[in-house]
Amino acid sequence: MDRVNLKINGQPIQARAGQSLLAVARDNGIDIPTLCHLDGLSGVGACRLCLVEVAGVGRLLPACTTPVQHDMDVRTDSPRLARYRRMILELLFSERNHVCAVCVSNGHCDLQAMAQSQGMTHVRFPYLYPPLKVDASHRRYVLDHNRCILCTRCVRVCAEVEGAHMWDVMSRGVHSRLVAELNQPWGDSQVCTSCGKCVAVCPTGALAEKGRAVGEMQKPPLHLTDLALLRGGLS
Amino acid sequence: MKTITIHPVTRIEGHARITLHLDEQGRVADSHFHVTQVRGFEKFTEGRPFYEMPSVMARICGICPVSHLLASSKACDAVMAVRVPPAGARLRSILHFGQFVQSHALSFFHLSSPDLLLGMDSDPARRNPGGVNAPLTADVRDRILREIPSARAITMKTLALLKRVVDQFTEEIEHFGNHPSLYLGLVDPRGNLELYDGRLRIMDDMGKFMTDQVDPETYQDLIGEAVLPTSYLKAPFYKPLGYPRGIYRVGPLARINLCDQCGTPAADAELAEFRQRFGRPARGAFHYHYARLIEVIFCLEKMEELLDNPNVLDPHVRAEAGVNAEEGIGVAEAPRGTLIHHYRVDPHGTIRWANLIIATGHNNLAINQAVLQVARHFVDGNKLREGMLNRVEAVVRCYDPCLSCSTHAIGQMPLRIQLVGADGQVLDEQHR
Repeated sequence: MDRVNLKINGQPIQARAGQSLLAVARDNGIDIPTLCHLDGLSGVGACRLCLVEVAGVGRLLPACTTPVQHDMDVRTDSPRLARYRRMILELLFSERNHVCAVCVSNGHCDLQAMAQSQGMTHVRFPYLYPPLKVDASHRRYVLDHNRCILCTRCVRVCAEVEGAHMWDVMSRGVHSRLVAELNQPWGDSQVCTSCGKCVAVCPTGALAEKGRAVGEMQKPPLHLTDLALLRGGLS
Repeated sequence: MKTITIHPVTRIEGHARITLHLDEQGRVADSHFHVTQVRGFEKFTEGRPFYEMPSVMARICGICPVSHLLASSKACDAVMAVRVPPAGARLRSILHFGQFVQSHALSFFHLSSPDLLLGMDSDPARRNPGGVNAPLTADVRDRILREIPSARAITMKTLALLKRVVDQFTEEIEHFGNHPSLYLGLVDPRGNLELYDGRLRIMDDMGKFMTDQVDPETYQDLIGEAVLPTSYLKAPFYKPLGYPRGIYRVGPLARINLCDQCGTPAADAELAEFRQRFGRPARGAFHYHYARLIEVIFCLEKMEELLDNPNVLDPHVRAEAGVNAEEGIGVAEAPRGTLIHHYRVDPHGTIRWANLIIATGHNNLAINQAVLQVARHFVDGNKLREGMLNRVEAVVRCYDPCLSCSTHAIGQMPLRIQLVGADGQVLDEQHR
């Protein structure tokens, strides 16, 4: 197996070729914040929270989709990165309606926890609050676009683990929306197996079980890495 | 024609303005109680899942969130056509009684007692205290039970004080919203005081029941809602009498007038004394304060009774169900009066339509009438005296109106009074 030598935060580290910067950092006890990443699913670099500085590269790179290379000199933590990470979180909060006080995931939300851990104290951008629908057509689950951050964990778990590929994202930029089976009501889907994996991996209250009151939606743990290993998919 | 504007009205929940219209002789010709805020809960909850409503609706009010939570939960119970487990209903009741004690205490001790203790003519800076009392927390049964005796002692002491002070306010009692009206509220199957469940009773000014033991789900047969050009707050009226004759009152005074008995010993003793002093029905809005304290005693007694029952620890408190009806109505007594939540949902359970009738809404016509009565008696348009205008505010405060709830509120709190002459020129102005 090819070995790669690099430095993360000044610490000399040896990695396997093909590993992502994120995986190598975490293997060595260096935490990098993420929202879209889940071990066991492919990396897409959607949330941009894992941006890192690489010496000699002018732009910031997402650690989850950047493979390690020889002699890389990486910084995962700097005032600039902290500033960008807070800004990314503020933009997520300003784009849709994330009113924690009435959200089913209040207290069990990855976005909320991330904002706290990254020291986000307020949102400097105007809230957009677009009028977005709630899709309650599924018998057991509900999709609230207002809480969705388009991390695509649901899209990937449905396609890569469950094999149904019911979820997708349509449109671009601020108009992007999660869609069920080519934009139908979720309850009308032919391919949805109602397995609930999308609900389990959703980091916010966007996908939830029906009938949950504020703060009651604790997502069940999914052993995605075990599932991926069984399928021979984990790098 | 001159106009005096009192804006905003202080020491109430929410924001309001009062205008007094004077004739050429400087006497009060007409008055309006304007609620100057709109919040839109009925509208922006459209499209949300019904089961989210209790937590959203509780945000209507920082004073009585529990009442909204419960009325909303009852409407959702109706949508699910589910029977609430007895232990769940008991916990709801205890929470609700705690809410009553906290809200009534806030109204009495912080908002109204300065008028009673310091006098209506005292310096406004002394009369308007800052800050709000901490609410009673209700997380541990034993802790609540330990606190109840001291809460009862304080209430009994305050009631004794009020009884002594009340005789100094004979002029206010005579002219504070002392007008004929109907009374509306919930009573239990025996006709006793009921705050969480129960059925509707309406009493006329002579003490005769116009309707009794009516299913609250049929409220639309009894209550119409008029839209006023001068206020964001709608004016409900008793349908059979029409608008504006169907003026009725809700809240502590109405409930104390309506109920045959409270159903707990200490509160019943106080109720008997109250009736001996003021009759049934007692009409003066000033008596809202007295009625509020009787209810506090009732709530403390009921809490103790419920908490002493070992069933209160029954872990089965929740029933689960989906959408079984596309319409749900939930009615409970909030501290300020009867609270109605009415939802319609689509088959998937998202809200299509919501209607809320809040206690202060029910009292809107009565507050208007009370302001006019007080203004006619106490306000002389040629002089803008602090005590005189405070009396106009104080009558509003008797109803403890919760305007942010009732218009489902934003605004500025400094008081502005304007005296406007016939030619529209500002003759006098005061800032608080």
